[in-house]
Order: sequence, then structure tokens, then C-alpha cells
Amino acid sequence: MTDQQVYPPIHLRATGLSCGRGGMLLTDQLDFSLRNGQTLLLRGPNGAGKSTLLLTLAGIIAPFSGRFGSPDAGAELPLLHYCGHRNASKPRLSVRENLTFWAKVNGPTGMTPQAALDQVGLGDLDGLDAGYLSAGQSRRLALARLLVSLRPLWLLDEPTAALDEPGHQLVTRLLANHLARGGLAIAATHDPISLPDPSSLSTLLLAGAP
Amino acid sequence: MSAFLAMLQRELRLALRGGGDVLTLMLFFVIVGAIVPFAVGPDQTLLASIAPGIVWIAAFLAMLLGLERLFRPDHEDGSLILLRHAELPLSAAITAKLIAHWLVTALPLLLASPILALLLAMDLASFWRTLISLSLGTPALAAFGAIGAAVTVPIRHGGLIAPILIAPLSVPVLIFGVGAITSPQSGAAALFLAALSLMAVALAPFVAAFAIRSAED
Repeated sequence: MTDQQVYPPIHLRATGLSCGRGGMLLTDQLDFSLRNGQTLLLRGPNGAGKSTLLLTLAGIIAPFSGRFGSPDAGAELPLLHYCGHRNASKPRLSVRENLTFWAKVNGPTGMTPQAALDQVGLGDLDGLDAGYLSAGQSRRLALARLLVSLRPLWLLDEPTAALDEPGHQLVTRLLANHLARGGLAIAATHDPISLPDPSSLSTLLLAGAP
Repeated sequence: MSAFLAMLQRELRLALRGGGDVLTLMLFFVIVGAIVPFAVGPDQTLLASIAPGIVWIAAFLAMLLGLERLFRPDHEDGSLILLRHAELPLSAAITAKLIAHWLVTALPLLLASPILALLLAMDLASFWRTLISLSLGTPALAAFGAIGAAVTVPIRHGGLIAPILIAPLSVPVLIFGVGAITSPQSGAAALFLAALSLMAVALAPFVAAFAIRSAED
């Protein structure tokens, strides 16, 4: 990859992290650590708490116990991109308007919206109302959002859902580029992901409710 | 600043491309006012004396109707989670939403108010006072509405709870709103209304942002 490392050294660690939903404990006492250029894959059966864990890491749900963040006291969580089940694309706005909005609101620190759309294969649909996109195309639009603003931590929930075979390769390529720039990623997925550098990949198996 | 303007532009685009939402609110406002003469009878003096109250009730109800689209669509499609992580502070994003909300719900009511004034046999002097009173008071209604909508956004079908929540907050707005039209000290009432609006608009984004942040998705 031609991209050089753009992010400062980041070390993230989860210690004794327990989280769940609606009072039900899903993941108990998790410990993991993540540094620049590393990906953590969350695996486990449906309902094992992968999405809940990602929402907890994003700070949307409060953990039952434990913490996630930099081991240095006082250091804040780095800027992150959360890419959940819902694609946050607005019908009645064109594909390009959707992406330009997120670029401005998150800070236009990455690619231009048009370059990002070309990258995810929506370059020719930039004027189309986003409400007419198929499920896979909306997912590609959501992935383009990760490219227009540079953020070191990506939290991806089923990034390959609804995507076709070239789409799976696209996710792998985007992830590899992100890691090459020194980014970090935590992804929940059922699909196999093969990165050029397998040593950057670690897996966390979630068993589900004890 | 460009992020704030982008937010404002997005909200306005969504509302104006919404297939007649704005027109529906205007029609609702006019119709609520228009059914009153049928209900209380065509007594011109009676109508003229209760007209300010009717205009304010119609405006209040019309603004409640628009609340549902303030945060609910963003909550349902996942945008609200992303806005919590945006570089633009959530309270600034909500301020932009509030401005857009006023522009697409309250401003059309001001434009439609001459029709209502005509239907309710208002004289010209009280019509002007009504216009001033509405433009001073509707920002407060929008701001209280934003708080109610933010608090109820995680509740499924919370759209019915928000009006109940904000009705008590809106009582002073209605009292001073009508006072600014009919009271002998209408100037003082208008000033109080303006103060109420300024305070509500200044505080509401922070309260709404706090409500959204503390809600679990």
C-alpha cells in the first residue's frame, strides 16, 4: 500500500468488560488489547452479544462493569467510525448529498465524496435518490462514509451484510488500507476475512449468554 | 460552521422534499381555526374576541404535529448514533435541527395566519399583534417540543407522549402569547414572550442533547 501511517500510536485495552442488554448479561469479563494496524474479529452465534459489545465500545450502551479505552489514565477514546446494521442513508437526498453531509459533519479529512463513491462502486449513481438504492448499495454507501473522514478506530457490525462477492473483497480491501494507515478495527462478522497480513488479525469468540 | 450549515441544509432539504409535509401543517392550522366558527356559531363579536386564543391553540396543535419528524427518522435509520460521534457537537446539530424545524413548521403558520384572521373576523390591528405574538412565541414552542421529542425518542410510538410532556411547559407561552394580543399591557407580554423564547432556544439544545446521550439505543 502506498498510504503511510497517518494515525498517532494508539493502544486500546478492554479490562473486565461485561455488557448486555435489558438487564441480561451477554459478554462476561472480556479482556483484549488492540494496537495500530490490528483488527479484532468478533465471532459467535446469533445473539452472542457481538452487536451489543460494539455498541458498548462505541459508548452508546453503558457497560455493566469494566472499561474500554487507553490504558493511560485520562486519555480519551480516539475518534471512531461506527458502522451498524442501519445504514443511516436518507431517502430524498441523493447519494452524493448523503455522503457530503457526513463528510462535513464528521470533518472532511479523508477522500472527496466522489473519490469515495468511485472506490465503493457507486461512482455512477451519485445523483440518484438514496431511497432507491438496494440493500447492498446502501451498505456500500455506508462504507463510503468511513472513507470521507479519517478516523483511527472502525467499529464494524456485519460490514459484509447484503454485499455480493466483489463487495466482500471491497470490505477486505478497505480494511487492509485502513490498517496500513495505522488504523484499528473491531469487526463482528460471520464471513471469512483474509487480510494480506494475517498476523494483524486476532479473533475473539463470544459464547453467548452463560 | 460548514458542518452546522450542512446540518441545516440537510434538515431543510429533507423537510421540503418531504412530499407536502409543510403544506399539510399549514392546512391543519387553517382547518383547526376554521372549524371554530361552525362550533361556536357565526357571532362576529364573539369570534373576534376569542380569535387570539384560537389562533394560538391552532398553532400549538400544528407544531405538535410536526414534532414526530424531529428525531424519530434519524433514530430509526441509525443517523442519531452517528451524530453522537460526529465532529459537530450534538447540541450544535440539535440547534440546526431546531432552526430548520422552526422554518418548516412555524414560518408556514405565520404565512397562513392572514387566512385564519379573515375567517375569524379579526381586525387589522389585532392581526398585526397576532403576527408579532406568533413570531415571538413559536420559537419557545419549537424548543420545548425538541426537548419532548428528544426525551421520548427511544420509546416506541413515543409520539403521543411528547405532547403530554410538553403541554405544561407550553402553558406560559400560550398565556403570554394571547396576552400579547389582547391584554392592555400587550407590549410587556410580548417582551416576556420574547424572553421566554430566547431562554428556551438557548437551553433546549443542551437539554435535548443530554436526553439523547443518556438514552440507551
